[in-house]
Amino acid sequence: MVDATPHAEQGVPPAEVPELELYHPKSWWTTYVFSQDAKVIAIQYSGTAIAIGLVALVLSWLMRLQLGFPGTFDFITPEAYYQFMTMHGMIMVIYLLTALFLGGFGNYLIPLMVGARDMVFPYVNMLSYWIYLLAVLVLVVSFFAPGGPTGAGWTLYPPQAILSGTPGGQSAGIILMLVSLILFIIGFTMGGLNYVVTVIQGRTRGMTLMRMPLTVWGIFTATVMALLAFPALFVACVMMLFDRLLGTSFFMPALVEMGQQLSYGGGSPILFQHLFWFFGHPEVYIVALPAFGIVSDLISTHARKNIFGYRMMVWAIVIIGALSFIVWAHHMYVSGMHPWFGFFFATTTLIIAVPTAIKVYNWVLTLWRGDIHLTVPMLFALAFIVTFVNGGLTGLFLGNVVVDVPLSDTMFVVAHFHMVMGVAPILVVFGALYHWYPKITGRMLNEGMGQFHFWVTFIGAYAIFFPMHYVGLVGVPRRYPELGDAAFVTDSVHTLNAFITVAALIVGFAQMVFLFNLLWSLRYGREAGGNPWRATSLEWQTPTTPPPHGNWGDERPVVYRWAYDYSVPGAQQDFIAQNDPGPQRAGVRPA
Amino acid sequence: MSVILVFLLVVAGFSFWWLSRHRLMSKPWLEHGVHTALPETDVAGMPTAKIALGIFLAVVGSLFALFSSAYFMRMEYADWQAPPLPNVLWVNTVVLVLASVALQCAVHAAREGRLDMTRLALAAGGLATFVFLAGQLVAWQELSAGGHFMNVNAANSFFYLLTGMHGLHILGGLVGLGRVAAMAWSEEQVTERLGLGVDLCAMYWHFLLFVWLGLFVLLAGWAGDLIAICRQLLT
Amino acid sequence: MAVALILVLVVVGSILFHILSPWWWSPIASNWNYIDHTLVITFWITGIVFAAVVLFMAYCVFRFRHREGVKADYNPENKKLEWWLTIVTAVGVAAMLAPGLYVWSQFITVPDDATEVEVVAQQWQWSYRLPGEDGRLGKSDSRLVSYENPLGIDPDDPNGQDDVVIEAADLHLPQDKPVKMLLRSIDVLHDFYVPEFRAKMDMVPGMITYFWFTPTRTGTFEVLCAELCGTGHSYMRGFVVVDTDEDYEAWLEGQSTFAQLSAPSTLGSADGVEP
Repeated sequence: MVDATPHAEQGVPPAEVPELELYHPKSWWTTYVFSQDAKVIAIQYSGTAIAIGLVALVLSWLMRLQLGFPGTFDFITPEAYYQFMTMHGMIMVIYLLTALFLGGFGNYLIPLMVGARDMVFPYVNMLSYWIYLLAVLVLVVSFFAPGGPTGAGWTLYPPQAILSGTPGGQSAGIILMLVSLILFIIGFTMGGLNYVVTVIQGRTRGMTLMRMPLTVWGIFTATVMALLAFPALFVACVMMLFDRLLGTSFFMPALVEMGQQLSYGGGSPILFQHLFWFFGHPEVYIVALPAFGIVSDLISTHARKNIFGYRMMVWAIVIIGALSFIVWAHHMYVSGMHPWFGFFFATTTLIIAVPTAIKVYNWVLTLWRGDIHLTVPMLFALAFIVTFVNGGLTGLFLGNVVVDVPLSDTMFVVAHFHMVMGVAPILVVFGALYHWYPKITGRMLNEGMGQFHFWVTFIGAYAIFFPMHYVGLVGVPRRYPELGDAAFVTDSVHTLNAFITVAALIVGFAQMVFLFNLLWSLRYGREAGGNPWRATSLEWQTPTTPPPHGNWGDERPVVYRWAYDYSVPGAQQDFIAQNDPGPQRAGVRPA
Repeated sequence: MSVILVFLLVVAGFSFWWLSRHRLMSKPWLEHGVHTALPETDVAGMPTAKIALGIFLAVVGSLFALFSSAYFMRMEYADWQAPPLPNVLWVNTVVLVLASVALQCAVHAAREGRLDMTRLALAAGGLATFVFLAGQLVAWQELSAGGHFMNVNAANSFFYLLTGMHGLHILGGLVGLGRVAAMAWSEEQVTERLGLGVDLCAMYWHFLLFVWLGLFVLLAGWAGDLIAICRQLLT
Repeated sequence: MAVALILVLVVVGSILFHILSPWWWSPIASNWNYIDHTLVITFWITGIVFAAVVLFMAYCVFRFRHREGVKADYNPENKKLEWWLTIVTAVGVAAMLAPGLYVWSQFITVPDDATEVEVVAQQWQWSYRLPGEDGRLGKSDSRLVSYENPLGIDPDDPNGQDDVVIEAADLHLPQDKPVKMLLRSIDVLHDFYVPEFRAKMDMVPGMITYFWFTPTRTGTFEVLCAELCGTGHSYMRGFVVVDTDEDYEAWLEGQSTFAQLSAPSTLGSADGVEP
């Protein structure tokens, strides 16, 4: 039954949000370059993110070549290896995943899915992209700076990050890195305000919060988290910049570097770690929550069934978002912080497993008695569940404080986080691109290439990261360009490393097929029509495809139902669009 | 990290309060059509810009809460030696309060449609803010004249860093205030747009005043004393 | 069909890999087999969950794949089922957390009879200091580090004079005696890591961190650095030798104390003191 509060009678809020006054572009420049249209900005964000992501992909090949065949490639010195490693990590986490999910998918999908014409502040939105681009360019410049980019590891732990024993520590590398991060955060805050306020204020008539697709819930919650968590990184970066440039001692204790007493004194490296992980852990969920949301929609649409337990899914997203702020120190169990913290953070960390598990159950229960179409997006969604469950479960090893002690800083950790926040979200990105490409371009991506891309990526990525856990279990530490001949490292470990490298190269090249598909289908892809997947949510109901600036033609859509009316009993089709008034069903009380 | 956690608790409380007003327990699959008891839209009537500024201030708040957290954590270390508090900070505080008051007057004047008063109050607010910034520079000068340079002690570094960060936010606000002032001088009467602009400026100023008071307490060392007293009471 | 099969193969393959893999932890050489037990419990629970979820998925993909004319069920939620799943998950999580926290409390409670051994890390080598005959380590400060005093031991502290200093050489430990490893770094973060001991902890400049363990078998074990410390990170190796009591005493005889080390060099250092 409808348990809506009766405040509709008293003081109904304005029937429609005042229409956004859109700045309509006049020239080619303002249409495609300095565009204020969220959809164009989304494509700019995605293109930039994918471009810099490709750099990170190549860096990962170089690292794998060194690890798989140590000593074969002379140009990969330890310095170079650490630089590759740092840049790979930083780019993938921040400049690719965060930017792609929030800047890319957020920009494209939020206005369309909530029935808005655009973001609420289009101009600020545009600025957000250009500052992001600037951040990326500063990052790129660091590759060419004297001394090269920083090699401090993506965690940038002081003191080594700003000392001469680390590549880029005493040259421009670390400075450019910090400046780039600061720019990224400023740019992101501008975009993030837009995404949040658009969800709060820009929803069309009838689009209540509980009618929103889970994609919007995921991106919305992730953005709120990012807005609150990124300041921690900002603070850490600014303070480290001061330490590096002005000789302050926020993080720098008295230390002797290469026999030389430095003028620093009294600072606390642990303080940096707290700040970094106060951002760093929510960051994991900033990447994961949009993926959770998107994958829910993919599964529901392609299984022709409503997402199971929608309410639980929404609550789980919100609860995970809130809890993720009190688990940060599980990255610091062996950092030397007070050992009592271990009890608290192990407990909170394992508690967060419960809502996460509920989400997994609800995804697979959605499949139960579904009408499963094994399209390419659906395959990616299924693969996401496999890799996410795998990576999530190994998280229970690392979150459980004492089990973490032998495993921390080994390849087990590398395998874990690549599985859970590398492979899993990237699979969702692919699934989402196959799913929404027809809306963005009006054409379908090629199915054959898609299948090939999927199978190589999924099986290949699993073959890379599943065995890698065992390399860590043997005891191989992470961030080693070569193992040398430690007694506990048997020959078979080297063989396994070589195998992983080969798998990584194959998976990497499969991505070229995907990129080719993106370009090829632009021209030769099958015409998609407005709603090729027969989906319910609003973005598929635009009057024209691809939607023009303003999205909706003369009238914004009115929403009559939630986003998951698939296979409704008695309905003629197996889906009812959100803006379809539809026949009234028995049991629903007219007002 | 206690300061930021308390801050986030407040933000979380606010978020859950907001969410609780959006029928998170409802079963959306049972609600069809706009002709049910659902309100046609549950979007708030508040101006979008105000909501956006509110959220932005939450971000700024988070930033300063984190700086304070870092301050407290760094303070625990043995080498900490707080610099003397420059006396000019008292004057600056009063001036910033005046700026806030002036902008509040501007809000009232704009609501009553009195353009002249609005202009006057805006100008007074802007002027006071400039005086505040100048005063902060004097404080820096006083400190460095006394040999309390930035890299001598972390307490000094925090002093420059926090006041500088706060000053930058004030400068950003002045840009906004400048635009509103330009609007006030170019318009014939108090329009809705101007009223909103004045409201936003006042909101921002009050918040930065609040942040400044927090920082002042921190830099003066009272916060540390308070914690020490609490700790003594507990043990 | 193929998809379901491959999902099953992923599960079967993962389990087989786990069982047949020659890659397992190195034989333990400390008292921390509790940690290994907790790890095995975690493997069991997570393994079962992984297999169950993916196999269920494979079954769904096989059984409910698209067929003409078949419509999906309409089933928005099932409160009872969801609550049960929540409870079962919570129980499983508790089954991992409880032993974990129990062992952690042991891990951080150093027994009273543990002898202290100091590890000093710097880019990129390991040095050690034993408390000497008085059983107490002298004070140290990285401000005091110099060529003559590489570990920064306070020369004014009488407790420090008899401390045994082992600079950039192997550490020996007696078997079956609990040791408290005091960890100190004079430059950047390091992490004292011996895979066979299971325990590890970061070393933070400006702080002294610790962990404790009891070596349980003799042998030579490699020390690695497990926290990125600059370009030489992977070359920062050393050895810990666990001896029988007799061998240990014999080794200890051959080591020099801080007083012995600093005595002859005081002449030369008089004009070379750095400010």
